Amino acid sequence: MRIDAEGLHYRELNEQINRAVEEGETQFVLDHVLGHRYIGAGIGAGVSFDINGIPGNDLAAFMNGAEITVNCNAQDGVANTMNAGKIVVHGDAGDILGHSMRGGMILVRGLVGYRCGIHCKAYGERMPIMVVGTTAGDYLGEYMAGGMIVVLNRDDEQGSPVGRYCGTGMHGGSIFIRGAVEDHQLGAEVAVEPVNDVAWKTLQAVIAQYCGAFDLDPGRFAAEDFVRLYPWSSRPYGKLYAY
Amino acid sequence: MPEWLTQAEFVIERDPERCIQCKVCVRQCANEVHRFDAELGEVFSDSDKCVGCHRCVSLCPTNALSVRQVELDFRSNANWTPQAIRNIYKQAEQGGVLLTGMGNPEPLPVYWDRMLLNASQVTNPSIDPLREPMELLTYLGAKPTRLKYEGGDEPRLETELGPQLELQVPVMFSTMSYGSISYNASLALARAASEVGTYANTGEGGLHAGIRPFAKNMIVQVASGRFGVDADYLNAAAAVEIKIGQGAKPGIGGHLPGEKVTAEISATRMIPLGTDAISPAPHHDIYSIEDLRQLIYAIKETTRYRKPVGVKIAAVHHIAAIASGAVRAGADFVAIDGYRGGTGAAPTMIRNNVGIPIEFALAAVDARLREEGIRQDASLVVAGSFRCAADVVKAIALGADACYIGTGALVAMGCHLCQKCYTGRCNWGIATQDPYLTRRLNPNIAVRRLVNLLESWRHEIKEIMGGMGINAVESLRGNRDHLRGIGLTDRELNALGIQMAGE
Repeated sequence: MRIDAEGLHYRELNEQINRAVEEGETQFVLDHVLGHRYIGAGIGAGVSFDINGIPGNDLAAFMNGAEITVNCNAQDGVANTMNAGKIVVHGDAGDILGHSMRGGMILVRGLVGYRCGIHCKAYGERMPIMVVGTTAGDYLGEYMAGGMIVVLNRDDEQGSPVGRYCGTGMHGGSIFIRGAVEDHQLGAEVAVEPVNDVAWKTLQAVIAQYCGAFDLDPGRFAAEDFVRLYPWSSRPYGKLYAY
Repeated sequence: MPEWLTQAEFVIERDPERCIQCKVCVRQCANEVHRFDAELGEVFSDSDKCVGCHRCVSLCPTNALSVRQVELDFRSNANWTPQAIRNIYKQAEQGGVLLTGMGNPEPLPVYWDRMLLNASQVTNPSIDPLREPMELLTYLGAKPTRLKYEGGDEPRLETELGPQLELQVPVMFSTMSYGSISYNASLALARAASEVGTYANTGEGGLHAGIRPFAKNMIVQVASGRFGVDADYLNAAAAVEIKIGQGAKPGIGGHLPGEKVTAEISATRMIPLGTDAISPAPHHDIYSIEDLRQLIYAIKETTRYRKPVGVKIAAVHHIAAIASGAVRAGADFVAIDGYRGGTGAAPTMIRNNVGIPIEFALAAVDARLREEGIRQDASLVVAGSFRCAADVVKAIALGADACYIGTGALVAMGCHLCQKCYTGRCNWGIATQDPYLTRRLNPNIAVRRLVNLLESWRHEIKEIMGGMGINAVESLRGNRDHLRGIGLTDRELNALGIQMAGE
C-alpha cells in the first residue's frame, strides 16, 4: 500500500496505517514523510515500511517486530522501547536512538546524536543490536543493561568516534568501538578489552549484516581495530547501602 | 572500643509461665530473633535482631510474647534523638546510604487532621444513605468543555468522549510493583480491585502472567527503566501511567537489587536473572514538558487512543506549574504523590526530607488548573498516606477526583509498618520473594480483607456526604466550602483555600 503523507497530520497517517494493518496489509511505502511522528508504533511482525522522506520523533516506538527502511535521515527517539523488529536508516539519526530497546536491530548508515542506547536491555532470546556507521554523541549506552552497540567509525575519524560519559552506569551488554577511546570518556562502571576471537565472531556477523544493508565492503573491518566495552559488574551499586 | 555500637530497638519479653516451647516464634521470625536450644529444650530470644513487626506476638498461641520499644536507651537529648544517634552508628560501622521502607514517620504536621468537615443543620436536610441513593461513581479522564447532542425526542451525544476509567469508589490501590511486594500480595490487590470495581497499579514491575486476567482493573506503569513494557503490556491494561516521581523519593530513581530478581521477576520485568534492575532518576527521553508530551502520545498511538494515559509526579515545590505542564502535555489524569507516600525502599534522608505535603500540593494544583481553565482536561488522583475514609472525603473536597492507597492496603493485608521492606524478609509475606515467607499471605483472605476495607470506606464516605446533604461525589469535588481549618495560620488557610473553623 502506498500512502502520500503530504498534508496529513501524524495521527491521520498512523490511523490509515493501523486500519490497513488490521485489514491484513503487510507492505507500506510512505511518500513525502516530513516529521510525522510515531510511525510503526507498536506494530508487530510481518509488516514492512519503506519511508521516503524524514520520519519524525519516536519512529518505531514500542515496535514489536515490523521492519522499517528509512531512505533518508531519521529524527530523535528512533526505536524507543522497541521490543523486536528491524530498522535501516540510509542517513543519520538523531538523539536517544534505541532508548530502553529490548530487542531487534537498528542499522544507521551515518552518525547518531546524544544519549543513544540508554538503558538498552536484553531478555531471553531478545538481544538488541544497534550499529552506527560513523560516530555517536555523548552518553552512548548509559545505564546499558544488555544488548550490543557497535560504532564503526567508517570515516576513520581522527580522535574518538564516541563522546563523553560513554557507558556510565553500564551493568550489562557490550559496546564495540572502532577507534580510540580515552579513559576520561568512559563511565566508572566500564572496563575495556581488545576483541577476542569469540567476540569477533559475533561482531563479524553483525558487521556483515550492516554491510549487506548498505552495500559496503565488510573486508575493511578487522578485529584489532576495535575495543570492547563491558561492565565490570552486573551489580555496580551492590554496596551502596547501610542496612 | 567495641566495633558494634548499635543497640537493640526492641525488647522481647517472654512470659515463662505461658511459654510452652512450641517453637512457633522460631519458625515465624525470618530475622532469626528466636532460637530453640535443643540441649536445654528451651526457646531463647535475641532482641538485637528484632524489627518490631509483631509477627511472633500475633501468632504465639499462648500470648506468652510481647515486644516493647526500648524507650530510654540513650541519655535524653532533644536534639540528638535515639534515631539520629543510631543512624550515625550504623553508617560509621557499615558505610553507605541509609535505607528504609514505608512512608515518612517523622512527627511533621498532618494537615488532614487540621481540617474539619461540615454537616447540615436545620437549613438544609441531611441525607440518609441507607434509604436514599448516593452516587460515588467516578470517571477519570479528560472531560469535554461542552457537549453537543443531536436529535429531538431521543437525543444522541455527538461529542466524542475520551477514554475514561470507571471507579465504583473513589479509591484505587497505589503503585506497588511485583518485586517490591510478593506475587500473592500483587494478585490480591488486582483481584480485590476487580471485585470492588476500582483499579490496582502494577508499578514498574511489569504485568505477571497470573495477573493478566485482571488487567482490565489494572493501571500499568511506564517508568524510566521501562521494565516489562511492550505493546502488549500497554494494550492489556485499563490505563497507562507514566511515572515521573514518587512521594517517598522525589527526584531519584529506583533500584531493585539483583538478589531480589528471581526467575519470576526476571520474566515479568523482562530482564536477566540476578542483575540489578536500575531505574534511572529521569526518563532519558523526557527532559521537558514537550518530551513528556511526546511519550504520552507515543503511548496513545500505541494503544490507538483507547486508554487514558496519566502522569504520576511527586509533590515538590512549584507543583502547580509542573502539573499544569503535564495536563497541557496531554495527560488524561495526573497523580500527585505527597511526601508521606510509601515505598519498598528509599534512602532515609530523601524520604524524610524531600517533597511537600499532599494537602498543599493538591490545593495548589486544583486551584491553578481552575485558574487556567484546564481543570476538566485531566483528573487529579492524589496519593501520599490516606489513612481513612475521612482523609479521602477531605481530599475530594479539596479538589481531588480520587485517591490512591498503598500503605493502607498493605496494612489491610497484615502489614505492621516495621519499615523493613527493603530487607526482603517480611514476616507477613508481603514485601518479600522468599517462598517460605510469601506462602504466609493467603490471597483469598487478603482479597476479602481488601474488599472489606474498601466497602467500609465506601459506606463511611456516603455517611459523611449524606450528613453534608450531598448525594453525589461530583458535588463534593473541589467544594472547599465544606472544609474548615483549625490551628492553622492565615498563610496556611490561604494556601489550602479554606476558611477558619467558626467562619
